[in-house]
Amino acid sequence: MSGGLTSQSFPKNARAALANPPLLKAIAHIEETLVGGRRRATEALPEFKALRDAGRDIKAHALDHLDLYLEAFERKVVEAGGFVHWAADAADANRIILDICRKAGAQRVTKGKSMITEEVGLNAFLQENGIAPVETDLGEYIIQLRGETPSHIIAPAVHVNKEQVAADFRRAHADLDPKRNLEEPTSLLAEARGVLRERFLSADVGITGANFLVAETGSTVIVTNEGNGDLTQILPKTHIVLASIEKVVPTLEDVATIMRLLARSATGQEMSVYTTFSTGPRRTGDPDGPEAFHVVLLDNGRSAMLGSEFEDMLRCIRCGACINHCPVYRSIGGHAYGSVYPGPMGSVLTPSLQGLEKSAHLANASTLCGRCESVCPMRIPLPKMLRHWREKEFERHLTPKKARFGLAAWRFLAARPRLYGLATRLGAWGLARLAGRDGSLRQAPLAGSWTRWRDLPAPEGGTFRTEWAKRGRK
Amino acid sequence: MTTPKPRVALFVTCLVDFFRPTVGFSAVKLLEDAGCDVYVPAGQTCCGQPAYNSGDRAGARALAERVITLFEGFDHVVIPSGSCAGMIKTHYSDLFSGEPGWRLRAEALADKTHELTSFLVDVLGVSPLPVTWEGTATYHDSCSGLRELGIKEQPRRLLSAVDGLTVKEMADPEACCGFGGAFCVKYDEISNAIVERKVADVRGTGAELLLSGDLGCLLNISGKLRREGSSVEVRHVAEVLAGMATGPAIGESRK
Repeated sequence: MSGGLTSQSFPKNARAALANPPLLKAIAHIEETLVGGRRRATEALPEFKALRDAGRDIKAHALDHLDLYLEAFERKVVEAGGFVHWAADAADANRIILDICRKAGAQRVTKGKSMITEEVGLNAFLQENGIAPVETDLGEYIIQLRGETPSHIIAPAVHVNKEQVAADFRRAHADLDPKRNLEEPTSLLAEARGVLRERFLSADVGITGANFLVAETGSTVIVTNEGNGDLTQILPKTHIVLASIEKVVPTLEDVATIMRLLARSATGQEMSVYTTFSTGPRRTGDPDGPEAFHVVLLDNGRSAMLGSEFEDMLRCIRCGACINHCPVYRSIGGHAYGSVYPGPMGSVLTPSLQGLEKSAHLANASTLCGRCESVCPMRIPLPKMLRHWREKEFERHLTPKKARFGLAAWRFLAARPRLYGLATRLGAWGLARLAGRDGSLRQAPLAGSWTRWRDLPAPEGGTFRTEWAKRGRK
Repeated sequence: MTTPKPRVALFVTCLVDFFRPTVGFSAVKLLEDAGCDVYVPAGQTCCGQPAYNSGDRAGARALAERVITLFEGFDHVVIPSGSCAGMIKTHYSDLFSGEPGWRLRAEALADKTHELTSFLVDVLGVSPLPVTWEGTATYHDSCSGLRELGIKEQPRRLLSAVDGLTVKEMADPEACCGFGGAFCVKYDEISNAIVERKVADVRGTGAELLLSGDLGCLLNISGKLRREGSSVEVRHVAEVLAGMATGPAIGESRK
């Protein structure tokens, strides 16, 4: 991936984010726009719950027969005159894409928004090999100018405010009038459109991701709100789709069902503004479209998730609802996770893709509040899978020593009721004495990271079990 | 002929036992007033959730075994916590996969285990005894109670019968308070950011009293309110329902 994983320094990243007021202000907008949007959209659709079941079942079925549907998809793409390439990992995918670009004599490449290209680090790889990819989604374009990675899977520049964008544009578009007005979002948008229009027209290859691969027709599907995806895939002579294998669904009907969940869960829209189906290259008589159509199917750790306790994660349709509703994400934003995919879905997926050792903290940095699962359109049991990762950490002795010791001590005591009773009696008595008449402690032994931020309410004095026994009750 | 009283075992929870026995006695009063014979099995300690959520399956399983053995002989097990009740109801059976005998016992225990307000409303269907609390309260839905057990209306229905009490809802009563067990000390800065939002929401209601059904959330929210110098009282919902909200509130000084 571009930028490299920094999940191991998650606490440090989080601390930096918490000390960054403009970032926190930018993330706070998610509440009204995305969370509010989803709430309004789902409340307005009585069958939303039933749709979630249907969506889950479609994806579960496709995963149960993944080989069958992928091969069917491949046959249909080839029948339509396209090419399918199988990439085992990120390096494979990058090499395949570079080969296609070189054979097409490509200098300029445009890109639609695609998290999967972030996952394989495609931009950096193409640049190293002399090809300049240009992001055409406004958010992606902004973070490309800033040299950043997306901080959110559907709103990559959610962490940036419009003043920062104006400054970035002045720096990057140095040939434009320095006195121009860039105060309004509309003027920023107009400028981006102008600049990107030229890029679209001069591109040799367009690269997009895919929201769906349709087995029955060999179509790839993208949804966008800006229309940039269409221009990316229609104008250049070559269109490359990079998609991970779990994107395949059996039929167009299935796409229609899941589409009803996708935009509502993501942004609160009933539909994204553009939904584009690509089936093979331009046919005789077609007014537009690429001359060559390639689909690169990426595994990158996914087939190993099949049949494991993490298989359900492969149902994910990348709507971002779990991220938007996550209290941790809402506190620190996406970059702090130090992974390609942030938030709950990222914390489940990243260890599968990159290994548990490199993903320390991710599974633990959750309150397990369950709101992610409660809004997931695919009913993915995210908290359960975070816990599975914690179990794997514990099994492999990756859990920090201090935490292991604390757990062992607790377990020892909790299995010995008499000793436990004595220890808790002493502890409760001691803390109550320490608090005196105050009722709360501003500092307490062994509770430094609690009392750094909040008081510790003092115990009432005697434990319940002692008081109960005093009353002669059983 | 009278129907025998249901034999109800109270699982006090480690937090109530240690910090807030009043919640345990409130639960006992509510259950006895509702016509139950209440028992507190000696030897109860912890449900095992801290181990379970830290990835220590074997540790959680060992404690679950103790809880099952101690509690399976009663008609019902009632817990003044959605979190511990959720552990037993939704996670215990998972700890015994591959052990059919234990799994059956875990499932049987899960079936008769209930969070306190849910037991009063859904199982007993009781109207609480008349109690009074003058003022405005707001109710925090604890995560496990809400999302694992579907507890939302039960405490509110019981509170609607409290004389003089008005419930004013927060903008987002279902948002996590940031406690999260070990999370609050492992990632204390993030936990703090989350509880800051929660107490801002609490204070925004203008309520004088914050109630919830889980002591973990209550300690966290109370601690933050105290640190901010707020005078909002924090109590477990059982204290108000039992008419035992007379002593100092959670974290409040003794006068």
